[in-house]
Amino acid sequence: MSTTILSIESSCDETAAAIVVDGREVKSNIIYSQIELHKLYGGVVPEIASRKHVEKVNQVIRAAIEEAHVTWDDINAVAVTYGPGLVGALLVGVSAAKAVAYAKKKPLVGVHHIEGHIAANYIEHPDLEPPFMCMVASGGHSHLVYVKDYTTFEIVGRTRDDAAGEAFDKVARAIGLGYPGGSKIDKLAKEGNKEAIHFPRAFMEDAPYDFSFSGLKSAVLNYLNGCEMKHQEINRADVAASFQQAVVDVLTDNSVRAAKAYGCKKLALAGGVASNSSLRENMQRVASEQGLQFYYPSPIFCTDNAAMIGVAGYHNYMAGIRDGLDLNAIPNLKIGERR
Amino acid sequence: MRILGVDSSGMVASVALVEDDLLVAEYSVNYKKTHSQTLLPMLDEIVKMTELDLNTIDAIAVAAGPGSFTGLRIGAATVKGLGLALEKPVISVPTCHGLAYNLWGNDKLICPIMDARRSQVYTGIYEFAKDGMQVFLDQSAMDIRALAEKLNAMGREVIFLGDGCPVYASVLAECMQVPYAFAPAHLNRQRASAVASLGAEYFKQGKQEPADDLIPIYLRKSQAEREREEKLAAEGQA
Repeated sequence: MSTTILSIESSCDETAAAIVVDGREVKSNIIYSQIELHKLYGGVVPEIASRKHVEKVNQVIRAAIEEAHVTWDDINAVAVTYGPGLVGALLVGVSAAKAVAYAKKKPLVGVHHIEGHIAANYIEHPDLEPPFMCMVASGGHSHLVYVKDYTTFEIVGRTRDDAAGEAFDKVARAIGLGYPGGSKIDKLAKEGNKEAIHFPRAFMEDAPYDFSFSGLKSAVLNYLNGCEMKHQEINRADVAASFQQAVVDVLTDNSVRAAKAYGCKKLALAGGVASNSSLRENMQRVASEQGLQFYYPSPIFCTDNAAMIGVAGYHNYMAGIRDGLDLNAIPNLKIGERR
Repeated sequence: MRILGVDSSGMVASVALVEDDLLVAEYSVNYKKTHSQTLLPMLDEIVKMTELDLNTIDAIAVAAGPGSFTGLRIGAATVKGLGLALEKPVISVPTCHGLAYNLWGNDKLICPIMDARRSQVYTGIYEFAKDGMQVFLDQSAMDIRALAEKLNAMGREVIFLGDGCPVYASVLAECMQVPYAFAPAHLNRQRASAVASLGAEYFKQGKQEPADDLIPIYLRKSQAEREREEKLAAEGQA
Protein backbone atom coordinates (compact mmCIF):
# COMPACT_ATOMS: atom_id res chain seq x y z
CA MET A 1 0.00 0.00 0.00
CA SER A 2 1.43 3.30 -1.00
CA THR A 3 0.79 6.58 0.79
CA THR A 4 -0.17 9.62 -1.27
CA ILE A 5 0.05 13.17 0.06
CA LEU A 6 -1.50 16.30 -1.41
CA SER A 7 0.68 19.19 -0.30
CA ILE A 8 0.23 22.96 -0.39
CA GLU A 9 2.81 25.72 0.07
CA SER A 10 2.24 29.49 0.18
CA SER A 11 4.74 30.85 2.69
CA CYS A 12 6.27 33.53 0.47
CA ASP A 13 5.80 34.36 -3.19
CA GLU A 14 5.19 30.94 -4.73
CA THR A 15 1.73 29.38 -4.75
CA ALA A 16 2.34 25.65 -5.02
CA ALA A 17 0.71 22.26 -4.75
CA ALA A 18 2.03 18.75 -5.32
CA ILE A 19 1.23 15.08 -5.16
CA VAL A 20 3.95 12.93 -3.58
CA VAL A 21 3.88 9.16 -3.10
CA ASP A 22 5.68 7.45 -0.22
CA GLY A 23 7.79 10.50 0.51
CA ARG A 24 10.06 10.03 -2.49
CA GLU A 25 8.12 9.94 -5.74
CA VAL A 26 6.89 13.30 -7.02
CA LYS A 27 3.80 12.75 -9.19
CA SER A 28 3.24 16.44 -9.78
CA ASN A 29 4.83 19.67 -8.60
CA ILE A 30 2.88 22.76 -9.63
CA ILE A 31 4.44 26.14 -8.86
CA TYR A 32 2.88 29.46 -9.69
CA SER A 33 5.71 31.95 -9.23
CA GLN A 34 4.79 35.57 -8.57
CA ILE A 35 8.32 36.81 -9.08
CA GLU A 36 7.49 39.05 -12.05
CA LEU A 37 4.95 40.94 -9.90
CA HIS A 38 7.40 41.55 -7.09
CA LYS A 39 10.29 42.60 -9.36
CA LEU A 40 8.52 45.95 -9.77
CA TYR A 41 9.07 46.57 -6.07
CA GLY A 42 12.59 45.18 -5.73
CA GLY A 43 11.45 42.45 -3.35
CA VAL A 44 8.46 40.48 -2.13
CA VAL A 45 5.52 42.67 -1.07
CA PRO A 46 3.57 40.63 1.53
CA GLU A 47 0.14 42.08 0.75
CA ILE A 48 0.54 41.53 -2.99
CA ALA A 49 1.82 38.01 -2.41
CA SER A 50 -1.13 37.17 -0.16
CA ARG A 51 -3.63 38.48 -2.69
CA LYS A 52 -2.09 36.46 -5.48
CA HIS A 53 -2.16 33.30 -3.36
CA VAL A 54 -5.94 33.59 -2.94
CA GLU A 55 -6.34 33.99 -6.67
CA LYS A 56 -4.21 30.98 -7.57
CA VAL A 57 -4.61 28.50 -4.75
CA ASN A 58 -7.42 26.42 -6.27
CA GLN A 59 -5.78 26.34 -9.70
CA VAL A 60 -2.52 24.91 -8.38
CA ILE A 61 -4.31 22.29 -6.27
CA ARG A 62 -6.46 21.25 -9.21
CA ALA A 63 -3.48 21.12 -11.57
CA ALA A 64 -1.47 19.03 -9.08
CA ILE A 65 -4.23 16.43 -8.86
CA GLU A 66 -4.86 16.36 -12.60
CA GLU A 67 -1.22 16.12 -13.59
CA ALA A 68 -0.61 13.30 -11.12
CA HIS A 69 -3.61 11.37 -12.46
CA VAL A 70 -4.85 10.62 -8.96
CA THR A 71 -8.33 10.87 -7.50
CA TRP A 72 -9.36 12.07 -4.06
CA ASP A 73 -9.73 8.43 -3.04
CA ASP A 74 -6.02 7.89 -3.65
CA ILE A 75 -5.02 10.77 -1.37
CA ASN A 76 -4.24 9.73 2.22
CA ALA A 77 -3.57 13.12 3.78
CA VAL A 78 -3.22 16.82 3.11
CA ALA A 79 0.04 18.51 4.14
CA VAL A 80 0.50 22.25 4.35
CA THR A 81 3.23 24.72 5.28
CA TYR A 82 2.13 26.55 8.44
CA GLY A 83 5.36 28.45 9.13
CA PRO A 84 7.72 30.14 9.10
CA GLY A 85 6.98 32.76 6.46
CA LEU A 86 4.77 35.74 5.72
CA VAL A 87 1.72 35.36 7.92
CA GLY A 88 -0.80 36.65 5.37
CA ALA A 89 0.66 34.38 2.71
CA LEU A 90 0.79 31.31 4.97
CA LEU A 91 -2.85 31.80 6.03
CA VAL A 92 -4.09 31.31 2.47
CA GLY A 93 -2.51 27.89 2.08
CA VAL A 94 -3.41 26.86 5.62
CA SER A 95 -7.06 27.94 5.22
CA ALA A 96 -7.46 26.24 1.85
CA ALA A 97 -5.70 23.05 3.02
CA LYS A 98 -7.84 22.81 6.13
CA ALA A 99 -11.04 23.31 4.13
CA VAL A 100 -10.06 20.69 1.55
CA ALA A 101 -8.97 18.18 4.20
CA TYR A 102 -12.15 18.78 6.18
CA ALA A 103 -14.55 18.48 3.24
CA LYS A 104 -12.80 15.35 1.96
CA LYS A 105 -12.37 13.87 5.46
CA LYS A 106 -8.59 13.53 5.10
CA PRO A 107 -6.07 13.88 7.90
CA LEU A 108 -4.31 17.25 8.00
CA VAL A 109 -0.57 17.52 8.60
CA GLY A 110 1.15 20.86 9.22
CA VAL A 111 4.69 21.12 7.87
CA HIS A 112 7.58 23.38 8.85
CA HIS A 113 8.82 25.16 5.73
CA ILE A 114 12.51 24.60 6.53
CA GLU A 115 11.92 20.93 7.28
CA GLY A 116 10.38 20.87 3.81
CA HIS A 117 13.51 22.35 2.25
CA ILE A 118 15.62 19.71 4.00
CA ALA A 119 13.26 16.95 2.83
CA ALA A 120 13.69 18.10 -0.79
CA ASN A 121 16.96 16.17 -0.70
CA TYR A 122 15.12 12.84 -0.36
CA ILE A 123 13.38 13.23 -3.72
CA GLU A 124 16.38 12.64 -5.96
CA HIS A 125 18.59 10.74 -3.53
CA PRO A 126 16.93 7.42 -2.65
CA ASP A 127 20.06 6.46 -0.68
CA LEU A 128 19.91 9.52 1.59
CA GLU A 129 18.67 8.74 5.07
CA PRO A 130 19.19 10.56 8.36
CA PRO A 131 21.28 11.33 10.26
CA PHE A 132 23.02 14.07 8.30
CA MET A 133 23.97 17.73 8.54
CA CYS A 134 22.05 20.15 6.35
CA MET A 135 22.74 23.77 5.48
CA VAL A 136 19.48 25.51 4.61
CA ALA A 137 20.04 28.87 2.97
CA SER A 138 17.42 30.95 1.23
CA GLY A 139 16.12 34.50 0.96
CA GLY A 140 14.45 34.31 4.32
CA HIS A 141 16.40 31.65 6.21
CA SER A 142 19.92 30.49 6.96
CA HIS A 143 20.15 27.57 9.33
CA LEU A 144 22.55 24.75 9.90
CA VAL A 145 20.42 21.80 10.98
CA TYR A 146 21.34 18.39 12.34
CA VAL A 147 18.77 15.98 10.93
CA LYS A 148 18.65 13.25 13.56
CA ASP A 149 15.85 11.30 11.95
CA TYR A 150 13.04 12.11 9.51
CA THR A 151 11.12 14.18 12.05
CA THR A 152 13.74 15.21 14.61
CA PHE A 153 15.83 18.29 13.99
CA GLU A 154 18.36 20.25 15.96
CA ILE A 155 19.52 23.73 15.01
CA VAL A 156 23.28 23.74 15.17
CA GLY A 157 23.93 27.21 13.79
CA ARG A 158 22.10 30.14 12.33
CA THR A 159 22.61 33.57 10.90
CA ARG A 160 22.78 36.37 13.44
CA ASP A 161 21.35 38.93 11.02
CA ASP A 162 20.70 38.69 7.28
CA ALA A 163 19.79 35.43 5.59
CA ALA A 164 22.29 34.40 2.91
CA GLY A 165 19.79 35.03 0.11
CA GLU A 166 18.98 38.42 1.58
CA ALA A 167 22.66 39.37 1.41
CA PHE A 168 22.71 38.30 -2.26
CA ASP A 169 19.65 40.47 -2.97
CA LYS A 170 21.08 43.52 -1.21
CA VAL A 171 24.47 43.30 -2.90
CA ALA A 172 22.81 42.65 -6.28
CA ARG A 173 20.77 45.82 -5.81
CA ALA A 174 23.88 47.80 -4.84
CA ILE A 175 25.69 46.81 -8.04
CA GLY A 176 22.60 47.41 -10.14
CA LEU A 177 21.68 43.83 -10.95
CA GLY A 178 18.12 43.98 -9.65
CA TYR A 179 15.91 41.43 -7.98
CA PRO A 180 16.16 38.51 -7.40
CA GLY A 181 19.86 38.77 -6.75
CA GLY A 182 21.01 35.18 -6.24
CA SER A 183 20.96 33.88 -9.78
CA LYS A 184 22.20 37.20 -11.19
CA ILE A 185 25.24 37.33 -8.93
CA ASP A 186 25.94 33.67 -9.59
CA LYS A 187 25.99 34.35 -13.34
CA LEU A 188 28.03 37.56 -13.23
CA ALA A 189 30.51 36.06 -10.75
CA LYS A 190 31.55 33.52 -13.37
CA GLU A 191 33.14 36.41 -15.32
CA GLY A 192 34.91 37.86 -12.27
CA ASN A 193 37.94 37.14 -10.12
CA LYS A 194 36.90 35.86 -6.73
CA GLU A 195 40.21 36.87 -5.22
CA ALA A 196 40.16 40.43 -6.57
CA ILE A 197 38.77 41.98 -3.41
CA HIS A 198 39.05 40.61 0.09
CA PHE A 199 35.77 40.83 1.94
CA PRO A 200 35.51 39.73 5.60
CA ARG A 201 34.31 36.27 6.70
CA ALA A 202 32.56 36.57 10.05
CA PHE A 203 32.83 33.73 12.54
CA MET A 204 31.24 33.89 15.97
CA GLU A 205 33.40 33.11 18.98
CA ASP A 206 30.56 32.24 21.35
CA ALA A 207 28.68 30.01 18.89
CA PRO A 208 31.06 28.19 16.57
CA TYR A 209 28.49 27.36 13.87
CA ASP A 210 26.62 30.67 13.73
CA PHE A 211 27.31 33.08 10.93
CA SER A 212 26.64 36.69 9.98
CA PHE A 213 26.28 38.44 6.65
CA SER A 214 25.50 42.02 7.58
CA GLY A 215 29.18 42.90 8.10
CA LEU A 216 29.98 41.41 4.70
CA LYS A 217 27.16 43.33 3.08
CA SER A 218 28.41 46.58 4.70
CA ALA A 219 31.95 45.84 3.54
CA VAL A 220 30.70 45.51 -0.03
CA LEU A 221 28.73 48.75 0.23
CA ASN A 222 31.76 50.53 1.76
CA TYR A 223 33.96 49.23 -1.01
CA LEU A 224 31.51 50.53 -3.65
CA ASN A 225 31.29 53.92 -1.91
CA GLY A 226 35.06 54.09 -1.60
CA CYS A 227 35.49 53.45 -5.34
CA GLU A 228 32.93 56.12 -6.10
CA MET A 229 34.71 58.66 -3.88
CA LYS A 230 38.02 57.91 -5.55
CA HIS A 231 36.37 57.92 -8.98
CA GLN A 232 37.64 54.40 -9.53
CA GLU A 233 35.84 52.25 -11.99
CA ILE A 234 34.02 49.33 -10.33
CA ASN A 235 34.49 45.88 -11.80
CA ARG A 236 31.06 44.50 -10.98
CA ALA A 237 32.00 40.95 -11.93
CA ASP A 238 34.91 41.03 -9.48
CA VAL A 239 32.67 42.43 -6.74
CA ALA A 240 30.08 39.73 -7.40
CA ALA A 241 32.67 36.95 -7.46
CA SER A 242 34.51 38.17 -4.36
CA PHE A 243 31.32 38.71 -2.37
CA GLN A 244 29.95 35.34 -3.41
CA GLN A 245 33.16 33.60 -2.45
CA ALA A 246 32.98 35.13 1.03
CA VAL A 247 29.44 33.76 1.50
CA VAL A 248 30.43 30.40 0.05
CA ASP A 249 33.47 30.13 2.33
CA VAL A 250 31.44 30.84 5.46
CA LEU A 251 28.60 28.45 4.57
CA THR A 252 30.99 25.70 3.54
CA ASP A 253 33.33 26.03 6.49
CA ASN A 254 30.52 26.04 9.05
CA SER A 255 28.73 23.12 7.43
CA VAL A 256 31.76 20.90 7.14
CA ARG A 257 33.01 21.65 10.66
CA ALA A 258 29.57 20.95 12.11
CA ALA A 259 29.19 17.72 10.14
CA LYS A 260 32.54 16.48 11.46
CA ALA A 261 31.79 17.57 15.03
CA TYR A 262 28.46 15.72 15.00
CA GLY A 263 30.04 12.63 13.51
CA CYS A 264 27.96 12.85 10.32
CA LYS A 265 29.07 11.05 7.19
CA LYS A 266 26.68 13.02 5.03
CA LEU A 267 26.23 16.70 4.34
CA ALA A 268 23.31 18.23 2.44
CA LEU A 269 22.40 21.63 1.10
CA ALA A 270 18.88 23.03 0.77
CA GLY A 271 16.91 26.21 0.13
CA GLY A 272 16.97 28.71 -2.70
CA VAL A 273 20.67 29.52 -2.24
CA ALA A 274 21.43 25.80 -2.74
CA SER A 275 20.96 26.54 -6.46
CA ASN A 276 24.13 28.64 -6.40
CA SER A 277 26.63 26.85 -8.62
CA SER A 278 29.70 28.13 -6.82
CA LEU A 279 28.35 27.05 -3.43
CA ARG A 280 27.60 23.59 -4.78
CA GLU A 281 31.03 23.17 -6.36
CA ASN A 282 32.87 24.49 -3.34
CA MET A 283 30.94 22.37 -0.86
CA GLN A 284 31.27 19.32 -3.07
CA ARG A 285 35.04 19.74 -3.20
CA VAL A 286 35.55 20.41 0.51
CA ALA A 287 33.10 17.67 1.53
CA SER A 288 34.90 15.04 -0.52
CA GLU A 289 38.27 16.19 0.83
CA GLN A 290 36.83 15.58 4.29
CA GLY A 291 35.31 12.22 3.36
CA LEU A 292 31.72 13.40 3.50
CA GLN A 293 28.97 12.34 1.09
CA PHE A 294 27.45 15.51 -0.32
CA TYR A 295 23.83 15.97 -1.47
CA TYR A 296 21.82 18.79 -2.95
CA PRO A 297 18.47 19.04 -4.77
CA SER A 298 17.87 20.12 -8.37
CA PRO A 299 17.04 23.83 -8.70
CA ILE A 300 13.31 23.11 -9.06
CA PHE A 301 13.33 21.51 -5.60
CA CYS A 302 15.58 24.24 -4.11
CA THR A 303 13.12 27.02 -4.80
CA ASP A 304 9.95 27.12 -2.70
CA ASN A 305 7.78 24.22 -3.88
CA ALA A 306 5.09 21.93 -2.56
CA ALA A 307 6.77 18.62 -3.45
CA MET A 308 9.23 19.13 -0.60
CA ILE A 309 6.29 19.86 1.73
CA GLY A 310 4.71 16.61 0.56
CA VAL A 311 7.89 14.70 1.43
CA ALA A 312 8.18 16.26 4.89
CA GLY A 313 4.42 15.87 5.32
CA TYR A 314 4.70 12.17 4.50
CA HIS A 315 7.25 11.66 7.28
CA ASN A 316 5.11 13.63 9.75
CA TYR A 317 2.10 11.58 8.70
CA MET A 318 3.94 8.28 9.15
CA ALA A 319 5.13 9.50 12.57
CA GLY A 320 1.48 9.92 13.54
CA ILE A 321 1.48 13.71 13.54
CA ARG A 322 -1.98 15.18 12.88
CA ASP A 323 -3.27 18.72 13.06
CA GLY A 324 -6.73 19.99 13.87
CA LEU A 325 -9.11 22.39 12.17
CA ASP A 326 -7.70 25.15 14.37
CA LEU A 327 -4.23 24.88 12.79
CA ASN A 328 -2.92 28.43 12.52
CA ALA A 329 -0.15 30.05 10.53
CA ILE A 330 2.91 30.67 12.69
CA PRO A 331 5.19 33.20 10.97
CA ASN A 332 8.18 32.63 13.28
CA LEU A 333 7.77 28.89 13.79
CA LYS A 334 10.96 27.29 15.14
CA ILE A 335 12.50 24.20 13.64
CA GLY A 336 11.76 20.98 15.48
CA GLU A 337 9.22 22.62 17.78
CA ARG A 338 5.61 21.65 17.33
CA ARG A 339 2.92 23.56 19.21
CA MET B 1 -32.10 25.08 -1.31
CA ARG B 2 -29.24 24.86 1.18
CA ILE B 3 -26.78 27.71 1.43
CA LEU B 4 -23.80 27.79 3.73
CA GLY B 5 -22.82 31.31 4.77
CA VAL B 6 -19.41 32.46 5.99
CA ASP B 7 -18.32 35.89 7.20
CA SER B 8 -14.83 36.61 8.51
CA SER B 9 -14.52 40.13 7.13
CA GLY B 10 -14.29 41.80 10.52
CA MET B 11 -13.73 40.94 14.16
CA VAL B 12 -16.70 38.53 14.12
CA ALA B 13 -16.34 35.02 12.80
CA SER B 14 -19.71 33.73 11.66
CA VAL B 15 -20.96 30.58 9.97
CA ALA B 16 -24.59 29.77 9.14
CA LEU B 17 -26.71 27.22 7.33
CA VAL B 18 -29.87 28.53 5.67
CA GLU B 19 -32.37 26.14 4.12
CA ASP B 20 -35.03 27.96 2.07
CA ASP B 21 -36.79 30.20 4.61
CA LEU B 22 -35.26 28.52 7.64
CA LEU B 23 -32.10 29.41 9.52
CA VAL B 24 -30.99 25.91 10.52
CA ALA B 25 -27.91 26.99 12.43
CA GLU B 26 -25.78 30.04 13.03
CA TYR B 27 -22.58 30.34 15.03
CA SER B 28 -21.03 33.75 15.62
CA VAL B 29 -18.06 34.56 17.78
CA ASN B 30 -16.78 38.04 18.49
CA TYR B 31 -13.60 37.20 20.31
CA LYS B 32 -9.89 37.83 19.94
CA LYS B 33 -8.99 34.39 18.51
CA THR B 34 -8.00 34.55 14.85
CA HIS B 35 -10.48 33.42 12.24
CA SER B 36 -7.99 30.82 11.17
CA GLN B 37 -8.49 29.14 14.55
CA THR B 38 -12.28 29.58 14.79
CA LEU B 39 -13.93 29.38 11.38
CA LEU B 40 -13.62 25.69 10.52
CA PRO B 41 -14.14 24.42 14.08
CA MET B 42 -17.36 26.46 14.06
CA LEU B 43 -18.45 24.95 10.77
CA ASP B 44 -17.64 21.51 12.14
CA GLU B 45 -19.80 22.21 15.18
CA ILE B 46 -22.73 23.12 12.95
CA VAL B 47 -22.18 20.04 10.80
CA LYS B 48 -22.19 17.77 13.84
CA MET B 49 -25.05 19.52 15.62
CA THR B 50 -27.36 19.46 12.61
CA GLU B 51 -26.11 16.15 11.18
CA LEU B 52 -25.34 17.97 7.98
CA ASP B 53 -23.89 16.20 4.97
CA LEU B 54 -21.88 18.99 3.35
CA ASN B 55 -22.34 17.33 -0.02
CA THR B 56 -26.03 18.28 0.10
CA ILE B 57 -25.49 22.04 0.10
CA ASP B 58 -26.15 23.98 -3.11
CA ALA B 59 -23.62 26.74 -2.72
CA ILE B 60 -21.39 28.59 -0.27
CA ALA B 61 -21.97 32.30 0.26
CA VAL B 62 -19.12 34.40 1.61
CA ALA B 63 -18.77 38.00 2.71
CA ALA B 64 -16.23 38.84 0.01
CA GLY B 65 -15.26 42.31 1.19
CA PRO B 66 -14.52 44.97 2.07
CA GLY B 67 -13.03 44.21 5.47
CA SER B 68 -9.81 43.20 7.13
CA PHE B 69 -7.56 42.01 4.30
CA THR B 70 -6.41 39.01 6.30
CA GLY B 71 -9.94 38.18 7.44
CA LEU B 72 -11.22 38.34 3.87
CA ARG B 73 -8.48 36.01 2.71
CA ILE B 74 -9.12 33.46 5.44
CA GLY B 75 -12.79 33.47 4.47
CA ALA B 76 -12.13 33.35 0.74
CA ALA B 77 -9.45 30.64 0.93
CA THR B 78 -11.64 28.53 3.24
CA VAL B 79 -14.66 28.85 0.97
CA LYS B 80 -12.57 28.19 -2.12
CA GLY B 81 -11.15 25.04 -0.52
CA LEU B 82 -14.64 23.86 0.45
CA GLY B 83 -15.97 24.66 -3.01
CA LEU B 84 -13.12 22.79 -4.67
CA ALA B 85 -13.48 19.71 -2.51
CA LEU B 86 -17.31 19.61 -2.51
CA GLU B 87 -17.58 20.66 -6.17
CA LYS B 88 -19.97 23.46 -5.22
CA PRO B 89 -20.15 27.02 -6.52
CA VAL B 90 -19.57 30.05 -4.33
CA ILE B 91 -21.54 33.27 -4.02
CA SER B 92 -19.65 36.50 -3.48
CA VAL B 93 -21.69 38.76 -1.18
CA PRO B 94 -20.44 42.33 -0.73
CA THR B 95 -19.84 42.75 3.02
CA CYS B 96 -21.83 46.00 3.35
CA HIS B 97 -24.75 44.51 1.43
CA GLY B 98 -24.71 41.57 3.84
CA LEU B 99 -24.59 43.87 6.86
CA ALA B 100 -27.49 45.98 5.56
CA TYR B 101 -29.49 42.78 5.01
CA ASN B 102 -29.47 42.32 8.83
CA LEU B 103 -32.10 45.08 8.93
CA TRP B 104 -34.34 43.67 6.20
CA GLY B 105 -37.69 45.42 5.87
CA ASN B 106 -36.74 48.49 7.88
CA ASP B 107 -38.23 51.74 6.53
CA LYS B 108 -35.21 53.93 7.42
CA LEU B 109 -32.01 54.36 5.43
CA ILE B 110 -29.59 51.61 6.40
CA CYS B 111 -25.94 52.61 6.62
CA PRO B 112 -23.31 50.01 7.55
CA ILE B 113 -20.05 51.58 8.63
CA MET B 114 -16.92 49.46 9.04
CA ASP B 115 -13.82 51.10 10.45
CA ALA B 116 -11.33 51.41 7.59
CA ARG B 117 -8.79 53.47 9.63
CA ARG B 118 -7.43 56.88 8.64
CA SER B 119 -10.87 58.39 9.53
CA GLN B 120 -12.45 56.39 6.72
CA VAL B 121 -15.22 53.84 6.75
CA TYR B 122 -16.26 51.13 4.36
CA THR B 123 -19.87 51.99 3.84
CA GLY B 124 -22.91 51.96 1.60
CA ILE B 125 -26.45 53.34 1.80
CA TYR B 126 -29.44 51.03 1.47
CA GLU B 127 -33.21 50.99 1.80
CA PHE B 128 -35.85 48.27 1.67
CA ALA B 129 -38.65 48.65 -0.84
CA LYS B 130 -41.32 46.37 -2.26
CA ASP B 131 -38.87 44.55 -4.52
CA GLY B 132 -36.18 44.02 -1.92
CA MET B 133 -33.01 45.81 -0.93
CA GLN B 134 -32.14 48.91 -2.94
CA VAL B 135 -28.61 50.26 -3.10
CA PHE B 136 -28.41 54.07 -2.96
CA LEU B 137 -24.67 54.18 -2.55
CA ASP B 138 -22.65 51.13 -3.51
CA GLN B 139 -20.06 50.03 -0.99
CA SER B 140 -16.93 52.13 -0.99
CA ALA B 141 -14.26 53.56 1.30
CA MET B 142 -15.26 57.06 2.39
CA ASP B 143 -14.34 59.75 4.88
CA ILE B 144 -16.78 59.56 7.80
CA ARG B 145 -17.54 63.30 7.60
CA ALA B 146 -18.21 63.12 3.88
CA LEU B 147 -20.62 60.26 4.57
CA ALA B 148 -22.45 62.30 7.22
CA GLU B 149 -22.77 65.15 4.74
CA LYS B 150 -24.23 62.82 2.13
CA LEU B 151 -26.77 61.40 4.60
CA ASN B 152 -27.73 64.89 5.77
CA ALA B 153 -28.38 65.85 2.15
CA MET B 154 -30.69 62.83 1.76
CA GLY B 155 -32.77 64.18 4.64
CA ARG B 156 -34.04 60.84 5.99
CA GLU B 157 -33.68 58.98 9.26
CA VAL B 158 -30.68 56.63 9.30
CA ILE B 159 -29.80 53.43 11.13
CA PHE B 160 -26.08 52.79 11.49
CA LEU B 161 -24.54 49.42 12.13
CA GLY B 162 -21.10 47.84 11.95
CA ASP B 163 -17.86 48.07 13.91
CA GLY B 164 -17.45 51.72 12.85
CA CYS B 165 -20.30 52.73 15.19
CA PRO B 166 -18.34 52.83 18.44
CA VAL B 167 -15.30 54.28 16.65
CA TYR B 168 -17.12 57.19 15.02
CA ALA B 169 -20.04 57.78 17.46
CA SER B 170 -18.65 61.14 18.56
CA VAL B 171 -17.97 62.30 14.98
CA LEU B 172 -21.51 61.36 13.99
CA ALA B 173 -22.91 63.14 17.07
CA GLU B 174 -21.10 66.22 15.88
CA CYS B 175 -21.92 66.00 12.14
CA MET B 176 -25.31 64.33 11.74
CA GLN B 177 -28.23 66.72 11.23
CA VAL B 178 -30.88 64.09 10.43
CA PRO B 179 -32.25 61.71 13.10
CA TYR B 180 -30.23 58.52 13.44
CA ALA B 181 -29.89 55.46 15.65
CA PHE B 182 -27.47 52.59 16.14
CA ALA B 183 -28.69 49.02 15.66
CA PRO B 184 -28.71 46.87 18.83
CA ALA B 185 -26.29 44.08 19.70
CA HIS B 186 -28.08 41.22 17.97
CA LEU B 187 -28.08 43.04 14.60
CA ASN B 188 -25.12 45.39 14.58
CA ARG B 189 -22.30 43.17 13.33
CA GLN B 190 -21.68 40.81 10.41
CA ARG B 191 -23.91 37.75 10.52
CA ALA B 192 -23.43 34.73 8.29
CA SER B 193 -27.20 34.18 8.33
CA ALA B 194 -27.66 37.47 6.46
CA VAL B 195 -24.83 36.55 4.06
CA ALA B 196 -26.47 33.16 3.41
CA SER B 197 -29.98 34.66 3.00
CA LEU B 198 -28.82 37.36 0.60
CA GLY B 199 -26.58 34.76 -1.06
CA ALA B 200 -29.67 32.62 -1.64
CA GLU B 201 -31.29 35.55 -3.48
CA TYR B 202 -28.18 35.93 -5.64
CA PHE B 203 -28.17 32.19 -6.26
CA LYS B 204 -31.75 32.36 -7.57
CA GLN B 205 -30.56 35.08 -9.94
CA GLY B 206 -27.72 32.83 -11.14
CA LYS B 207 -25.03 35.02 -9.57
CA GLN B 208 -22.90 32.16 -8.25
CA GLU B 209 -19.40 31.53 -9.60
CA PRO B 210 -16.88 28.68 -9.69
CA ALA B 211 -14.94 28.49 -6.41
CA ASP B 212 -11.67 28.82 -8.35
CA ASP B 213 -12.61 32.30 -9.56
CA LEU B 214 -13.50 33.89 -6.22
CA ILE B 215 -11.43 36.97 -5.39
CA PRO B 216 -11.98 39.14 -2.31
CA ILE B 217 -13.30 42.68 -2.80
CA TYR B 218 -10.56 44.70 -1.09
CA LEU B 219 -11.72 48.15 -2.30
CA ARG B 220 -8.15 49.29 -1.65
CA LYS B 221 -4.91 48.56 -3.36
CA SER B 222 -1.94 47.44 -1.31
CA GLN B 223 0.19 50.21 0.16
CA ALA B 224 3.11 49.26 -2.10
CA GLU B 225 0.93 49.58 -5.20
CA ARG B 226 -0.49 52.93 -4.07
CA GLU B 227 2.96 54.32 -3.35
CA ARG B 228 4.31 53.10 -6.66
CA GLU B 229 1.42 54.65 -8.58
CA GLU B 230 1.85 57.94 -6.74
CA LYS B 231 5.56 57.90 -7.53
CA LEU B 232 4.93 57.16 -11.21
CA ALA B 233 2.27 59.85 -11.39
CA ALA B 234 4.65 62.36 -9.78
CA GLU B 235 7.39 61.41 -12.24
CA GLY B 236 4.91 61.73 -15.10
CA GLN B 237 4.11 65.27 -14.07
CA ALA B 238 7.72 66.28 -13.52
